[in-house]
Amino acid sequence: MDYFAIIFQEVYKILFLLVPVLVSVAMIVWLDRRVWAFVQKRRGPNVVGPFGLLQSLADALKYIFKEIIIPASSNKIIFILAPIVTMTLALIAWAVIPFSETQVLADINVGILYIFAVSSLGVYGIIMGGWASNSKYPFLGSIRSAAQMVSYEVSIGIIIINVLLCVGSLNLNDIVLAQQNMWFIIPLFPMFIIYFISALAETNRPPFDLPEAEAELVAGYQTEYSGMMYAMFWLGEYANILLMCALGSILFLGGWLSPIDLYPFNLLPGAVWLIFKIILLFILFALVKAIVPRYRYDQLMRLGWKIFLPFSLIWVILTASYLFYFNLLPVT
Amino acid sequence: MAHAIFFYIFSTIAIISAIMVTASKNTVHSVFFLILDFISISCLFIMIGAEFLGMIMLIVYVGAVAVLFLFVVMMLNVAQQKNQWFSGEQSSKHIPIGLIITTLIFLEIIIVIGGWKYKPEIFDINNSIAQSNISNTHSLGQVLYTDYIHVFQISGMILLVAMIGAIVLTFRQRSGVKKQSYIKQISRERSEGVEVLEVQSNKGVKIDD
Repeated sequence: MDYFAIIFQEVYKILFLLVPVLVSVAMIVWLDRRVWAFVQKRRGPNVVGPFGLLQSLADALKYIFKEIIIPASSNKIIFILAPIVTMTLALIAWAVIPFSETQVLADINVGILYIFAVSSLGVYGIIMGGWASNSKYPFLGSIRSAAQMVSYEVSIGIIIINVLLCVGSLNLNDIVLAQQNMWFIIPLFPMFIIYFISALAETNRPPFDLPEAEAELVAGYQTEYSGMMYAMFWLGEYANILLMCALGSILFLGGWLSPIDLYPFNLLPGAVWLIFKIILLFILFALVKAIVPRYRYDQLMRLGWKIFLPFSLIWVILTASYLFYFNLLPVT
Repeated sequence: MAHAIFFYIFSTIAIISAIMVTASKNTVHSVFFLILDFISISCLFIMIGAEFLGMIMLIVYVGAVAVLFLFVVMMLNVAQQKNQWFSGEQSSKHIPIGLIITTLIFLEIIIVIGGWKYKPEIFDINNSIAQSNISNTHSLGQVLYTDYIHVFQISGMILLVAMIGAIVLTFRQRSGVKKQSYIKQISRERSEGVEVLEVQSNKGVKIDD
């Protein structure tokens, strides 16, 4: 009986986390389109519901009632698995994100490694979708995307090492608490910039959306997908973007800490501040989409391997030597 | 109880997928089974409390190595080659080498497990973990960067040499390739790139390009 009670409690907690994440994914799609339209002096989706807030809901309903087409020459099992893998991986990473000191689903010791591992698995959904479609454009798109994601993971990993040097723990709550005096964006500002650009590349956002460059590859790995399966790819992509924003705000912007530790500000619960920071980063993501043209593929690879990787490596050495020289290394 | 159930679930998946890696006809499917195998083994690592090893296993093997495997298998036409190997006289050449390697691996496993079983004091793994309540990651770091620092650095050097070797082996300089120089592209100025011409009607202009 005890097992059932525990399982019921955990399922309740998971639902309490996942439902808001899914709803905010829908809201964030609307926000993305609104910001994009705002930059280009258009109105954007403003018809369905107040300010067009229900647009994403209407889109989701449309996708649900569309027919799912499975190509005859595709590898059916892997074709169906690919969007499921993408969406599942985008959602399970939220388990370790802390919304306050106690509000976290799984407070594990290796939280940051868990997020890194899950985001490095994300490439499989794309490869599987591209290969199983058995068609040229999806395959080219998935190969591009795999190379791109593997490359930029390397630089994100080294940026995380920079932060970990200052914290001395892999736990996400410890990382947040280490920023009580100063957010890491101040001493590690160049790393924040590189993290932001690498996160754009890692989530296949413009200007690095080469896997789905519509002028060359139709829609990349999503070309053969339709209906709900396409919507799942799309939801997984936006959930991943939100996750990258959450990770960025935890690593550099102090997570659930309030910006000023004074009376009226620290009354608000930590979750509000975290959500506020996530939205702030996401608006930056959306602005980049609106104002920057797409990269060429070789330039993308050059940026990842020849500029970001050496620069962040040098910064690791600088951070480590600074901490070592002034005896600031966190020792437990 | 629950621990045992999860252990049997993960180990069964690991063994079945390991068998399927060799048994499945489609090479891409074998790689996917290999990935499933890696994932279930990292779950087993996490279950015995080695959470750092489990996560690193996921990041390195599943996130990077298996992606490269998939790349190679998808790009090469392995299906044809496999048929050549397993049909005709060619297959008999590979069997002795395979047998020798598998016997060697089997002997190594027997030595390791035998030593573990009959001389447990040789493997004093429990010393560093059991004595304190520090996390698995901390205890690994304390051993790796003190007692085994030379072994650690030598393994790093070997990896570096292997990487340079792979680059040198595959690097070839091709002639007659159009290459773009970034410095040249960025340092272009308006005065070199643009010229304003007077165009007379019905005559046009000739531009050397």
